[in-house]
Order: sequence, then structure tokens, then C-alpha cells
Amino acid sequence: MAWFAKVDAPLRVASDKIWAVCPSCKAYVPREDWNKANKVCPRCNFHDRLSCRERIALLTDKDTFKEINAQVSFNDPLKFSDLSGSYAEKAKGTVAKTGLGESVVTGTADIDKIPVVLGVMDFRFLGGSLGSGTGERILLAAEAALKAKKPLILVCASGGARMHEGIISLMQMAKTCAAIARLKEAGLPYISILSDPTTGGVSASYAMVGDLNLSEPKALIGFAGRRVIEQTIKQKLPDDFQTAEYTLEHGFIDSIVDRSEMKAFLANVLRYAGF
Amino acid sequence: MKKSVTKPAAKKSAVEKKPALNAWDIVQIARHPERPLITDYVKLMCSDFVELHGDRAFGDDKGMLGGFATIGGERVMLIGQRKGATTEEKIAHNFGMASPEGYRKALRLMKLAEKFGIPVVSLVDTPGAYPGADAEARGQAEAIARNLQEMSVLKTPVIVVITGEGGSGGALGIAVGDSVMMLENSVYSVISPEGCASILWRDGKMAPAAAEALQITAASLKKLGIADVVIPEPKGGAHTDKPAAVELVKKAILAQIKELKKLPLPELVERRYAKFSAIGRF
Repeated sequence: MAWFAKVDAPLRVASDKIWAVCPSCKAYVPREDWNKANKVCPRCNFHDRLSCRERIALLTDKDTFKEINAQVSFNDPLKFSDLSGSYAEKAKGTVAKTGLGESVVTGTADIDKIPVVLGVMDFRFLGGSLGSGTGERILLAAEAALKAKKPLILVCASGGARMHEGIISLMQMAKTCAAIARLKEAGLPYISILSDPTTGGVSASYAMVGDLNLSEPKALIGFAGRRVIEQTIKQKLPDDFQTAEYTLEHGFIDSIVDRSEMKAFLANVLRYAGF
Repeated sequence: MKKSVTKPAAKKSAVEKKPALNAWDIVQIARHPERPLITDYVKLMCSDFVELHGDRAFGDDKGMLGGFATIGGERVMLIGQRKGATTEEKIAHNFGMASPEGYRKALRLMKLAEKFGIPVVSLVDTPGAYPGADAEARGQAEAIARNLQEMSVLKTPVIVVITGEGGSGGALGIAVGDSVMMLENSVYSVISPEGCASILWRDGKMAPAAAEALQITAASLKKLGIADVVIPEPKGGAHTDKPAAVELVKKAILAQIKELKKLPLPELVERRYAKFSAIGRF
């Protein structure tokens, strides 16, 4: 190849391996530092999204997490397909890419030696959307907590209902809340952690009915999307609208907890609940 | 190759039936301006109605109507979104899009029904919960979520009728019932066909295709096990003969009340849990 032909060849520097860019303040942070800080921006304290495995490792005692109901996976009750093809194909691709069976992973674990049932959503799985498999895993987790008389902790990260599953997806909101209602009637604690983002049908169901609703700095929390609201009220919304801080200010979040302190925070409040 | 020449005109003339309505046609009927609204049901179906206002916390949402009602001699708590008939009314009632205080009012009245031992009749007709900045500030998500939780353990029969539009979480917020019935030309969906089309087809005009794919009609939802009963409408739709349409709904409601009252309350609540927990279990 002539030397001048190389001009068109893209520079192949894997910059994302060297640098992380904060999604909030756009600061460049060395990837190593970023990962060491558990994806918390050292400049603006934005808590970036974690995979469910990373989250589980942060919250639980080492090697105590045991997944349950991994056999429950996504379904395609409507045989849905749209402009970009079939939902089943898309979901299968996501399963292969992420190694997850659904947008939530549930299991039993210890948090500072307190046995709990834990569910952690993963935004990489179709935007953390609430599908029938997600709803079923959460229902079974709540039922497991009820049976074993353990607290239930759910870490939410979701854009909302999964429209590819239509009405079946909508019904998962009622289904999960019904299971949580039973936990509460039995006097068992349910703690919801609303991480970035928790919106739509997930915020309007299990995410918002925790005995404690916790969040992380600057997480997006809301029901309707910003664009929809702006179109409805024909006004521009302030930047801090629908942040964790805004949601706390309005009385729907108990506490915003830094990622590095979340495990200790959970253990402490669970002891108040008698665990 | 052969397929293009199989049975031409013969088959066509043999089936001289009018083509069935497609999902998008039914969406139009469900949104028809003359379709009976909750106020028509109150007028035509209830021999007595005592409207009750307010959520005891912030205000009284005019997008949500509620009160004691007598239907065919049965005393019930009636709740439902109020869309409004005229332009002024529509604006006053926010087109049937309830705010958090609407869902909280509905819950307050349902708890009252539980206390007084009367059934809840919920008439659902809404494009969705109000997506406004003030609704967000006052916790639209929390208000709906709490209703889902509380309705699932409410110790009194809950009869839900989707009369027109069952718009997503805004509908579900008053629709966790022992019996979920849908009028023949009503729709119930996780997202509006227009919304779905603009996201998944990147074109709001593809709404008819989205409506079809989402399977939102009463007939589809009966097949999916979401609608327990499909209530027939007069020929052409409920708007062609409001009294007849309301009468059919009244009959269906009374039949459900009669059945559900036979069940002891613990069994009723257990059955409701079994019903919702089985949805989406494959």
C-alpha cells in the first residue's frame, strides 16, 4: 500500500480502554481510576451504570451470592416484530452478548452476614426493560424472601415496561407489586434502590414502593420521559428535573447513598428491622 | 410459483362477509367522541350517585371521578377517569389523564369500600396518566405503584371494566381487579400505538402497524388471558346506542358482583393474587 493511501485509514487507538468519559460532566478519567472508583466520576460524583455482576460484588459478602430461578428467561408472547426485525431475535442477541437470561438477576446472598434475597437489574439487557421474565423472577424472589423470612432488596435500572411484550409487560407491574404487598403484610422489609435510570413502568411499580427507597447521586428517576413532558407542558424543564436529588426533595426517596457506602448503609438499616 | 394462481375469484365471492375491523379501526371506535363516558354510565346505570372528592393530601383531581353508586340495587364504590364531553369539559377534566392526587383519591375511596364492605367498580377510560411536570413533582410513579400494591390485597371485590381506552400505567393504576372486563371495541395497551410507532418504527404514522403488533383489542386480550369477559356492544359501536351499550355493561357488572360476593374474602384475595402472578408465566 502506498504511504498516502494510509491517510484514509482510521487511527486505531482503543481510546475507550485508556479513557472513560463521564456521561454526566463529560470529564475524561483514566479507565483504571474510573474502574477503581466503581465507575463514580471523581469530578462530579455521577454514579455511572454498573452491570449486575459488578453491583452484586459491591453489595454482598464475598462468594455468598447464589443465583435463583436462572431458568426463567425472556418470552415473546405476542410474536412481536417491528421495523428492525423480530423481538425474539433481538432478545436472543442480547442474551448471547450479555450472558444474562433476563434484565434482572435474582438470588440469595449475605450483606455483612445478614442473609437477604437480592435482585439486581442490568440496563444492558434491553434497557433493563420489564418483561414477563423480569416480572416472574422478581415475583419468585419476593416469594423466596417470604418463605425464608428474609428481607428483599431490589436494585432497579430500567427504562420501563418492555413494549415488545405488550400488555403482558404492563401486567408485570401489578404482578410484582402484588408479591411485594405480601412481603409487607408478613412484616418483612423491602428495600428498593433506584439507580440510574429508573423510569416509566418500573418507577411506577416495585421501584417506588420500598419500605425504604434509596438512590445514588444524580440518578435519573421519573415516570414520564423528559421529551414527552416538555411537549405536554410546552416548556423547557430545568436540568435537575427528575434527578435523585429532585426526587428526594419532593419526598419520594429516603436517602441518596454513595456507592461505596451502600453496603454498610443496607446492613445498618436492616439491623433496625431486626436482622 | 403456484401460490399466485391458487383459487382466484371463487373464494372471494364465497366469503361475502364484510371485512372484520382491524386493530386501528377499533382504536378509532374506542376514542370516538360520542362513546359513552363515565358520566353517561353514572346517568344511565346508577339509580343513586354520591360524588366524593379529594385525596386528603393535596387536592381534588377532576380527571378522576369517584363516589358511592347504586347499580341495579347493588351499593358499590364507583371510580374511573373522567374525560369530559365538550371542549370546556375536556380541558377541565384534563382529557381523563389523572394526576397523582387522582390515583390517591381513587385509593382512598377503594379503602373506604373495603371498610364498608361494598364492591369497587372501576371504569377505565384514559389515554394515560398525566405526563406533566407537576404530576412528576407530586409522585405520579409512586401514586400508581402504591395503587397496584394496595389493590392486590384489597379485601373487597374489585370489578374492572375497560370502557374505552386503557392507556398503560394510567389505566392499570385503577385496574387490578378480580374481574377485568373489556367492551368489545375498547383497547388496553402498554403504550399508545402512536408512541410505540414513533419509537420502534421511528414514525408515528405507523401507528396502525403498531396497534396490530401490540395486540390491544378486547378480542386479542381475551386470547392472551388478560380480559376475563368481553362485553358486546350495539352494532357499529357503543356510540350508536348509548342506553343499550350501558345496559349491557350494567348486566355484566351485576353478574360479576353476584359471583364474586359468593367467595369468602380471603379466598377472593388469594384468587386475585393467583390471577396476576400467573400472567407472563410460561
